Amino acid sequence: MLTLYARRRLINAIGLGISALAMLFGLLWLGWILWTLLANGLPQLSMAVLTQMTPPPNSAGGLLNAIAGSLMMTFLAALIGTPIGILAGTYLAEFGQRGWLAPTTRFINDVLLSAPSIVIGLFIYEMYVIKIGHFSGWAGALALSILVIPIVIRTTENMLRLVPNTLREAAAALGAPQWKVINLVTLRAARAGIITGVLLAVARISGETAPLLFTSLNNQFWSSDLNQPMANLPVVIFQFAMSPYQDWQSLAWAGALLITFSVLSLNIMARVLFRQKSTTY
Amino acid sequence: MPTFLREVHMKRHNLLDIVFRNITRLSAFTVLVLLVAIMVSLIIGSLPSIKAFGFRFLTSAEWNPVTEEFGALVPIVGTLVTSAIALLISIPVSFGIALFLTELSPRWLRRPLGIAIELLAGIPSIIYGMWGLFVFAPLFAEYVQPWLIEKLGPLPIFGPLFQGIPMGIGVLTAGIILAVMVIPFIASVMRDVFEVVPTLLKESAYGLGATTWEVMWHIVLPYTKIGVAGGIMLGLGRALGETMAVTFVIGNAHELSASLLMPGNSISSALANEFNEAVGKLYTSALIELGLILFLITFIVLSLARYMLYMLTKREGSTT
Repeated sequence: MLTLYARRRLINAIGLGISALAMLFGLLWLGWILWTLLANGLPQLSMAVLTQMTPPPNSAGGLLNAIAGSLMMTFLAALIGTPIGILAGTYLAEFGQRGWLAPTTRFINDVLLSAPSIVIGLFIYEMYVIKIGHFSGWAGALALSILVIPIVIRTTENMLRLVPNTLREAAAALGAPQWKVINLVTLRAARAGIITGVLLAVARISGETAPLLFTSLNNQFWSSDLNQPMANLPVVIFQFAMSPYQDWQSLAWAGALLITFSVLSLNIMARVLFRQKSTTY
Repeated sequence: MPTFLREVHMKRHNLLDIVFRNITRLSAFTVLVLLVAIMVSLIIGSLPSIKAFGFRFLTSAEWNPVTEEFGALVPIVGTLVTSAIALLISIPVSFGIALFLTELSPRWLRRPLGIAIELLAGIPSIIYGMWGLFVFAPLFAEYVQPWLIEKLGPLPIFGPLFQGIPMGIGVLTAGIILAVMVIPFIASVMRDVFEVVPTLLKESAYGLGATTWEVMWHIVLPYTKIGVAGGIMLGLGRALGETMAVTFVIGNAHELSASLLMPGNSISSALANEFNEAVGKLYTSALIELGLILFLITFIVLSLARYMLYMLTKREGSTT
């Protein structure tokens, strides 16, 4: 028979032991997935992957067109989404004290932040792809930009709120009008944090597959025409991995390795750049 | 500066202020427009299907592109069941991780461990899918599923959940992989809300002789329960809408089966697999209606999540 004290200590030890196990459990999956990627992807990486086009089944090739397409669409999406995100975030942080718009926007934005990305793909399909009659790189970029906006809004607002009010007051006391205070003082002070947000957004969209399935689809050949279907790494990985062909599957692993390590290094870069607890949600 | 010049100057700045404020307001307004546009376009897209099937769409398990009979029951059930499995696994694990990060870990280890868990959220979902299909599913079929079928299959009530043949892929596999994917989201919300508990409260409990576990269970959890629930809802929202990982491992069968080991379907994987191949207006429209249902479910879940998290911050503001 245990004394009350011994029993409490036992429960404590068991609880804490399980918590440490949970931590290990989490790390185990991370290690396992990364190891799988290295083991399967590293042998497939070669110059050909970076210099040749995606091949037809059962022949050698590379991922050049897919990589280029991904870079182009990601860049465009960031280009479209970032300004809207920063401006809207500025509104929420600087002008949003009164009225209904700011709280509503904040709420909707937080919901859109985790809304299923495949629905965004459907939306762009309905609004754009049907109207012009075919899949295109622009449609892909638009779909991705809708994913960028909420992330940038969230981080911009959070970062602007960290800027001390005394800074704004000092600038206003010197006679600066509000637009100058915001553009030259507050936004500049929050710059590192805002860049972090953009980096996180780019990291998020560069691995997204679902919104591209119905928008840019895929293209087996080199294409820099944004009005045509455009190859991109995630959809190529999806098609190749699901295919029965050995060559395609090998390329899919190489692509998976490339995409994961670029996304993870973007994530780490963002965190190093701004050593503040960042939000994953 | 002469007075009239100063006035011109002031006017110019006033004008610029107004212009700037309205540009930012317009950008904020874009977010609302986006939400409304998404809703409206999905509703318009699914009108033919809504007209053809009406309420029956939600209750019918029939999915036949040849006869153009569509019902959403199988994907809806698949989405809900996989998400439930994911939550069942990820809630206790996330709690353990958050507890470890806030109370147990040495200070210097907190940041690297926190980042490691957040990186789990950074891995693209297609990678989870590939890994699940090529690495996890074969191992699962060889070592775990036969055991489940043998030991749990004959049980009276839960038995039917674990009958069948070990295929590796299926509803249970999808749920497990979803669990790994939502752990970082739930864990980081839990960690954040655990950190807002006033140190004074915890120290008082420790001072009375409570163990770490008791402080966690009787002080921290009750204090943060709304926030914890919000984090769980957030994880649920993620799990419901997750597409690629599920598409790889769920098996894509439009069949309702009692067993978790059999292949099934989820809303998002049905969309990913069939949308581009769908021929005919009604087929496409039925798929869009699936998307609409998914959007509505996640919208409600995520709104609840945010509401709960706001409640916690609000109380935080009033008590300190």
